[in-house]
Amino acid sequence: MAPLLELRHVTKVYSRGLLSKISTTALANISLTLDDEKPTILTVAGESGSGKTTLAMLVLGFIKPTSGQILYKGQDISQLRGADRMTFRREVQAVFQDPFAVFNPFYTVDHLLTVPIRRFKLAQSKKEVRSMMYETLKAVGLHPDDVLGKFPHQLSGGQRQRINVARALVLRPKLLVADEPVSMVDASLRASILETLRGLQRDYGVSIIYITHDLTTAYHIAKSIVVLYRGTVMEAGDVDTIIKNPQHPYTRLLIDSIPWPDINRRWGETAIKVKESELNDQGTGCKFFARCPFAFSPCQNPPPIFRLADHHAVACYRYEDHPSVPSEQLSSVLPT
Amino acid sequence: MQPILEVRDLQVSYYTDAGRAMALAGVSFSLNPGEKLGLVGESGSGKSTMALAMMRMIKPPGRIEGGQVIVDGINLRDLSEQEMLQARLSKIAYIPQGAMNSLNPVTRIGAQMADAIRAHDRAASKQEIEERCRQALESVDLKPSVLKMYAHELSGGMKQRVCIAISILLKPKVIICDEPTSALDVVTQRQVMETIDRVKNQIGAAVILIGHDMGLMAQFVDKVAVMYAGRLMEVSTVRDMFTDPKHPYAQALINSLPRLDNKGVFQGIPGLAPSLLRLPPGCAFHPRCMHAMEVCRTTVPSLVTLPGERTVACHLFSTKV
Repeated sequence: MAPLLELRHVTKVYSRGLLSKISTTALANISLTLDDEKPTILTVAGESGSGKTTLAMLVLGFIKPTSGQILYKGQDISQLRGADRMTFRREVQAVFQDPFAVFNPFYTVDHLLTVPIRRFKLAQSKKEVRSMMYETLKAVGLHPDDVLGKFPHQLSGGQRQRINVARALVLRPKLLVADEPVSMVDASLRASILETLRGLQRDYGVSIIYITHDLTTAYHIAKSIVVLYRGTVMEAGDVDTIIKNPQHPYTRLLIDSIPWPDINRRWGETAIKVKESELNDQGTGCKFFARCPFAFSPCQNPPPIFRLADHHAVACYRYEDHPSVPSEQLSSVLPT
Repeated sequence: MQPILEVRDLQVSYYTDAGRAMALAGVSFSLNPGEKLGLVGESGSGKSTMALAMMRMIKPPGRIEGGQVIVDGINLRDLSEQEMLQARLSKIAYIPQGAMNSLNPVTRIGAQMADAIRAHDRAASKQEIEERCRQALESVDLKPSVLKMYAHELSGGMKQRVCIAISILLKPKVIICDEPTSALDVVTQRQVMETIDRVKNQIGAAVILIGHDMGLMAQFVDKVAVMYAGRLMEVSTVRDMFTDPKHPYAQALINSLPRLDNKGVFQGIPGLAPSLLRLPPGCAFHPRCMHAMEVCRTTVPSLVTLPGERTVACHLFSTKV
């Protein structure tokens, strides 16, 4: 059976204008597979400019890849028409970063939830619409009577973000793309929204692509992780292994820079020094070359992905002695 | 040691159509030279209001209702408007939230920095101004060539460091940073925080860091002040706060943090922060508090000093001292 989602050598290049020669490769040759049978939470992590939001836009079908294919249940999503397209639109849902910007201030919460139910003809009667709304709001930990009939400005950021999750959930999605869902929410609410997301995966069998720059939350919610830097995969595998024992110099820098809320774990204790690259590196080799403290001559060519363990792979020439994994088989190192 | 900053019973209200909102209900604390204080709390707890009140930058419908802000022996609230203008940046500097996006896009960085000096020192010569700008940039690890650049030519981290450079131009005694790194990724965040630490040591200023990232607090500050609904709930050293928080709200806040050793445990704080327009009577936290007692519903707890120079506003401790 075809996997739920399959990215085949997806590349996205943004070019500026017709005549300009400047173009930015936001995502270079990414292949990923999400299994239909085993719902999982996959984290895509990286700093700003790493291509993680581009990945979300591609998966949601908002933009088309420059080359490569994105398949949903075996069908290319750019070729979907009619009923198939509707199914895709219903089964793949998104939660975005800013819970303050995504609501139309003139509509109540009821409107927000009833429109998708009606649009996809999920309910036969008004009564059924109402019970669906109640059920999903409860599923995300809200009291329906607290929020129904309210306008967005009457709700807190955490409530809004949970309503966003509810709006996605009401459509019974198979795949949820969550792009930095907690970065604008207070720390005390963060925990409950992440718990809600994890509940979706566990109780409703929804696969989640969790896109973030915050490795602390990634560690807690996800099973597997892919670390991106400037559009290429740096390290991938089991989230426990990578957070506790990162190997790629970039991942090590990232993890070493996390301010852990633990005063016994000091910041930057194991500091690896990075060079600040001032020139825009347009080299063809490893994307991290200009900033990497360990860079040596092989790094001027793009490194293949080397497999260190069953669930751990690194794109770095320092691990040359390990077997390499073809980029299209990256998913084989991701545990589910 | 003589504290460099003393805030006494600072009160701020906003007068809205729906009524009077007490954004700051009598906040007191003090800070020694070189000390770093972290001010944490949920959105709407009054963190930024406090920064604005200390700078005397509260705008109507808000009003400072009372209290004192004493910097280096001078009560800022006694100063005239003109004197206050001079005091800003030279006594107390403020880096607002998102400051790096407020750099003027059509003026060079150098001109914006020179502006700040000229506003305080009309007699300064051109060479002198340039020299001071150069030094300030150097202390935040930026090259002098940045003086000739425009804001759009700089990365987020560089822009934030320009803002830090501007804030230290006149060697203030207190620097208030409101979420200086909320829009930056972790690597840049670390560089910016290390920069703040370094310049603070150079000029011997005290720093107030406002934010809700407890991780950043644990790594950066000396003391943590936890704010809730316009009041300080607890002020403790960073070690005490993270290992043995006293106030139930501080405990809940610390317990909600993701750590390496408790993977998969999510413990949020039940309930919602109260609206400042409709504060519950007594302790504002009592509807969400696990240890709420009868007295919490009626009486606002006052700050009690506990051993180890920590203060807590909670009835659990008011009788035991």
